[in-house]
Amino acid sequence: MRKQPWRGFREAVLRVRLVLLVACAFLVLIFTPSASAQGESIKGTLRGPDGPVAGVTLTVSSSGGDEVGKATTAKDGTWEVAVPDAGAYDVTLDTKTLPKDLQLRNQGGETLADVAVAAGQNRTVIFPLVAAGTPQETPSPGATAGPAPPAEDGAGPSSFGRFLQLLVAGITFGVIIAITSIGLSLVFGTTGLINFAHGELVTIGAMVAYVFSTSPFTLPLAVATLIAIVVGALVGGAMEGGLWRPMRRRGAGLIQMFIMSIGLALVLRHIILVAFGSRRSQYSQYTIQSSLQWGPISITPRDLTVTIICIIVLLGVAYWLLRTRIGKATRAVSDNRDLAEASGINVDRVVMIVWLVGGGLAAFGGVMYGLTGAVYWDMGFNLLLLMFAGVILGGLGSAFGAVVGSLIVGIVAQVSTLWFPVELQFAWALLVLILVLLVRPQGILGRAQRAG
Amino acid sequence: MDFLSILGNGVRGMFGPEAAIYAIAAIGLNVHFGYTGLLNFGQVAFMLVGAYGVAVSVATFGWSLWVGVLVGLGCAVVLALILGIPTLRLRGDYLAIATIAAGEILRYFYRSAYAEPLTGGVYGLRQFADPFFELNPFPPGRYGIGPIDFDSRSLWVMTVGWILVVLISLLVFLLVRSPWGRVLRAVREDELAARSLGKNVYSFKMQSLVLGGVIGAVGGALLAINVQSVQPDSYNPVTTFYLYAILILGGAGTIFGPIIGSIIFWFIVTFFDAFLRSAVGAGWFGDLIDGADVGAIRFVLVGLGLMLLMAFRPAGILGDPKELRLDVR
Amino acid sequence: MSAEPAAPGPAGAGLAGVRPEPGVAKPDPILVVDGVARYFGGLRAVDVDHLEVQRGTITSLIGPNGAGKSTFFNLVTGFDKPNQGRWTFEGQQLAGVPAYRIARRGMVRTFQLTKTLGRLTTIENVKLGATGQRGEHFLPAIFRPSWAHQEREIEARADELLERFNLAHMRNEFAGTMSGGQRKLLEMARALMVHPRLLMLDEPMAGVNPALTQSLLGHITALRDDGMTIILVEHDMDVVMGVSDWVACFAEGRLIAEGTPRDIRANKAVIDAYLGSSRALPEETAPVDPAQPDEVEDTP
Repeated sequence: MRKQPWRGFREAVLRVRLVLLVACAFLVLIFTPSASAQGESIKGTLRGPDGPVAGVTLTVSSSGGDEVGKATTAKDGTWEVAVPDAGAYDVTLDTKTLPKDLQLRNQGGETLADVAVAAGQNRTVIFPLVAAGTPQETPSPGATAGPAPPAEDGAGPSSFGRFLQLLVAGITFGVIIAITSIGLSLVFGTTGLINFAHGELVTIGAMVAYVFSTSPFTLPLAVATLIAIVVGALVGGAMEGGLWRPMRRRGAGLIQMFIMSIGLALVLRHIILVAFGSRRSQYSQYTIQSSLQWGPISITPRDLTVTIICIIVLLGVAYWLLRTRIGKATRAVSDNRDLAEASGINVDRVVMIVWLVGGGLAAFGGVMYGLTGAVYWDMGFNLLLLMFAGVILGGLGSAFGAVVGSLIVGIVAQVSTLWFPVELQFAWALLVLILVLLVRPQGILGRAQRAG
Repeated sequence: MDFLSILGNGVRGMFGPEAAIYAIAAIGLNVHFGYTGLLNFGQVAFMLVGAYGVAVSVATFGWSLWVGVLVGLGCAVVLALILGIPTLRLRGDYLAIATIAAGEILRYFYRSAYAEPLTGGVYGLRQFADPFFELNPFPPGRYGIGPIDFDSRSLWVMTVGWILVVLISLLVFLLVRSPWGRVLRAVREDELAARSLGKNVYSFKMQSLVLGGVIGAVGGALLAINVQSVQPDSYNPVTTFYLYAILILGGAGTIFGPIIGSIIFWFIVTFFDAFLRSAVGAGWFGDLIDGADVGAIRFVLVGLGLMLLMAFRPAGILGDPKELRLDVR
Repeated sequence: MSAEPAAPGPAGAGLAGVRPEPGVAKPDPILVVDGVARYFGGLRAVDVDHLEVQRGTITSLIGPNGAGKSTFFNLVTGFDKPNQGRWTFEGQQLAGVPAYRIARRGMVRTFQLTKTLGRLTTIENVKLGATGQRGEHFLPAIFRPSWAHQEREIEARADELLERFNLAHMRNEFAGTMSGGQRKLLEMARALMVHPRLLMLDEPMAGVNPALTQSLLGHITALRDDGMTIILVEHDMDVVMGVSDWVACFAEGRLIAEGTPRDIRANKAVIDAYLGSSRALPEETAPVDPAQPDEVEDTP
């Protein structure tokens, strides 16, 4: 490929300028120093045996289980989460974010339940930390305070170690997004539809697995997951057969169907809300685990398993797309629908299979996402924008692009917490999307299109 | 079940402050989507900067309310420019995702601990619009006929709101029937054709984004003033979906579409809310649905309405369905 | 209607004595293209070393499907960016100039698939083409008196063009209701509102019935006779042979031959390029094959 190098350079400079302009404008819009705010909050200073502990995540949720806010401890160990009103809140320390050489003094002490906050109060709570390996105490009722006992030694993890740790977490998150976004990308590629209801397939998957793995069914999670995949595939197939195919037959425009998918998403999401309530639940079989440790990287066996299974599934999808007849037909339809139709491919059948596969994958991804976090009614919608970010980053309609883009989104979201608060991790991932579009509008693996 | 009072609720909803505010924001969206064909799914971001422009100026900096409104509108211009630079060269579907993402980015930042000194973080800011209500010419009390009545506060916001709706609609009317509006509609139909005729499409899209964004910010500012508080999480993408429902209900690309859409939308929503609440109270649904679910069912209704409209009346309930059928894309 | 097969007529007189070889220099070129190339991935879509277009002529770009004619069109009109190359219009550099500015400078194009603005009326479609409209600026747009006078002039010109292209009866209809042939005429009328000095028509006869093809060709020669330069893209060479003063033939992205229609018919490279596309070269007197079943677009 020949090119005039100096012009490319000039364009690059121009684009960098645009990026800077956008970034500056955002900063101006958002930050200007000023007076402090008043209101209720929960705060604290996290200290280990030898000083403040930074980079630990704490989550405050209302007594109903809704997350109110998250905070990450600063260099001096301080953290604060604003709460909307006076009342009782649960505060949970994410033990995964603790330095490896520290642990909670009290067994089960990661959650302080029913912390009462009075009107106007900034309530302080304490999580006592001890060196890893110290036998844990069973908490005495109501004991939420107390000085941290002295312990031997142990420095916090180096920042490079933290980076590696977050990179691994980012890969885990990225492969989950990738699994869920393949269906989104294939559906767009084969039909041109931007499906806003794809997030609900994720939620449905996680919910179905949750229902079948708890009483009265109490099936093993693996079996419940299989059921969830089947249900996800069927729901996806039902959407195609019952809604999108008839709409295409009637010659509906893409924008028309895009807005319909928003309506469908609203309907499904809130039906789930009515049926399951707004609480956050966890799969009971894998809640508490001790981490595996390799150098600076620690990962729970659960997250490691999730990552490995996801990668295997992704490889399977790649094999399906590249080697099988129906996979090749799918790519042919994505490339050029009319040409594929003319060469004897049954496009309707391919599209139906894409919906079945995409729905199943989304449901599977939903279980994985629920495993690493929690199962709740709008988890899929929360993930949806990140899926879109991944799909667009990689280039709309390219399944492999979706995987690459999703990995980038997952890693950016996690690694950003090295420097920025956890509450902003999705914002950075989305910002990367907008910045990439500025430099490469067709996405990383996408192709430029011919005009006219 | 008191049917008359439920109906009264519905009628109150159709003329209430929310209907006027959403009509204003939908007029802005109509400039984007209805006239220019921009798939802006971040309209709520313009409402957010408008609302916070007022709230932060008054509550944090102690400036006057009227300066605050100007700050809000200025922020909308800045937001439109920085949103437009990366996204307006993109294909429509990319634009939709990029704008919805931008709205979310803004919400995340406004609610973050970083911004808390300025925006009050997750719990936002309160009590900044007293000067507006000091101007209220209506003496305290309730005004209305039968079950349809408003307190003097709502009446004042409504009056200002509907006057703004009329003025802004007039401005948009003057603009879209001018050659300027002709270019916007040409861009909506086919941007390559407009470009081949020597029109700077990018510049027109940007002007449209700024105009519609500023109108959205007016709606946001009025929303903040109406409830005397701002909270970042009430500016989520669902608000933009509401606006699309309103716009499509009334008919996109028409002057009266957003107004009629908002009136009908709020009538249905408040009527249905009131109906459900009294039905739940009367025990019609047994244990199936309780009072807390009514909010969720409202969303189900909006979603269902959006789907049915798009499937059967994409040009709006008053629009000419033949006109949209011309739109083969 | 002048569909007679013509030797270079009065308009093509300037081309007398120009040798029929690719890249040859013309006495009075309006468009000069130098080394313009565009690649899609590894595929070379266009790679033109040198091409000049003589002012005041009808020049046809022919070539089998996929020869790169339309891509070349997109490149020189600014709708696509070449990987390399420069080109001038009336002596002005155009590389890197955005499409809308190229149009304003007087080089106006139409599209292979018509781009009528469906939900604008026919008259609005045509009025849109006028340049320098005061009412297209934001603030003046609000005050009708500031642009009403100019608008009346534009409307009068637009009505004249509708009359000329037999579209006056469609004046207040949505353009989306037009037939395929009417759309082609509308696009041409709209392009003329821009006051082009070089009009570039991308397959204006594709999908149009034979009678309308004759009418379109008549309009095109009339414009040439008014002094306009016209470039036609056409893959079906028979259609344009009768009206062209000069023909340039593309194959696989390269300019393989140039010359008068008579030269091109006899050109070995052109025959080879077209042999793959299944039809033998017709006799030189047949400008249009009336038996050819044109795919006429349906009225929506």
